Amino acid sequence: MSDGFLGAFSDAHRERLLSFARTVSFPAGTRVFDEDDPAQRFWVLRHGHVDLDCHDPARGALVVETLGEGELLGWSWLFEPYRWHLGATAQDAVTAYEFDADPVRAAIEQDARFGLALTRSVASVAIGRRLRACRIRLLDLYRPTDTGRASAGGEPR
Amino acid sequence: MTTPAPYRVVTRTVEAPDVATLVLEPAGDPLPPFSPGQFAMLYAFGVGDIPVSVCAVDGHRLTHTIRAVGAVSSALHGSRTGGTVGVRGPFGTGWGLDHAAGRDLLVIAGGIGLAPLRPVVLAALAAPERHGRLNVLVGARVPGDLLYASETDAWRERGARVLVTVDRPDARWNGDVGVVTTLLGRAAFTPSDTTAFVCGPEVMIRATARDLVDRGLDADRVRVSLERTMHCGVGHCGHCQLGPLLLCRDGPVVTWAEARSLLRVREL
Repeated sequence: MSDGFLGAFSDAHRERLLSFARTVSFPAGTRVFDEDDPAQRFWVLRHGHVDLDCHDPARGALVVETLGEGELLGWSWLFEPYRWHLGATAQDAVTAYEFDADPVRAAIEQDARFGLALTRSVASVAIGRRLRACRIRLLDLYRPTDTGRASAGGEPR
Repeated sequence: MTTPAPYRVVTRTVEAPDVATLVLEPAGDPLPPFSPGQFAMLYAFGVGDIPVSVCAVDGHRLTHTIRAVGAVSSALHGSRTGGTVGVRGPFGTGWGLDHAAGRDLLVIAGGIGLAPLRPVVLAALAAPERHGRLNVLVGARVPGDLLYASETDAWRERGARVLVTVDRPDARWNGDVGVVTTLLGRAAFTPSDTTAFVCGPEVMIRATARDLVDRGLDADRVRVSLERTMHCGVGHCGHCQLGPLLLCRDGPVVTWAEARSLLRVREL
């Protein structure tokens, strides 16, 4: 793996964050959290994948994004009202660092440098990248069109 | 312009409802050998011609994957086995896999952009000792649009790390959901010792190349396949001009170091 959420930290701040961690495992299909539940924990995935979903009464759980190794699962614990915006299910067997939100939030309040580093990492690595990716998906770039890649088998513009 | 050489359709494989792969063999004298990344002008006789990259080269046989989106591509897509198409080429620059020797490889494709990158994957798999880890990251709109689905498992078995994601899953899809750049964090590569090959819609190329540079790849090591209207194939007509480049001759494959500033100019 080339990088990940923890790769955005200095050694000292990564060590500080990991001091709050415990290792957990989820079998495939485990419901990790539900939309609108209190966001009291978060995870950094070490192995496996987790699907984020939104429930639709007619269509069930609609997967909107998959998270994998090294990625942060959950950022709603950092911002009020501390409730999940989406649901999450383990796509396969998952191993992760799990953190309780309360002591980490307390550490953020007590140590401004650590708090800034953590907030920056969540904002840039998790929220920023996902927002950029989401915006690209909104463009529906791969839809069939007469202005597709000509040299890749489409048609000249 | 040269006269198109007649090539016979040897096989036609349906990849998706609007995508087919044609294997062509010369009906007369063969054209000079194509390199991965180069393209041909394919003629549907009586309809017109379009540029199409090679997606495999096997001796004198050429393989092209074609999406039916307009009159010419629809005619080519509908070619029958035994039929004849016209071919000019080879045109343009190749991916330059030789320049990536000894390095980790990132092959990143969006949509039908996997077609021009397929020969890079096949060449890398054929000579694994020549490079480091091979990563193939593929993004598609829906599961049914994924190209070469029957091959990707074989790529994995031969040592490639193949990661696939779709924008819109269907009920049967149990893989990743998201844009292809989200797979980068799970690829196995050392940024300072990696060459990336990127092909897809231009917005996807820009986002991917920026992400790669942010992760530590040198812009000279990010090779992208660009697109403008290709017509003559030999740099005469100017239809494919992108600033100082004529992409049919100086491209379609260029480095991100060359492309970055050009793609910031909207009028180019």
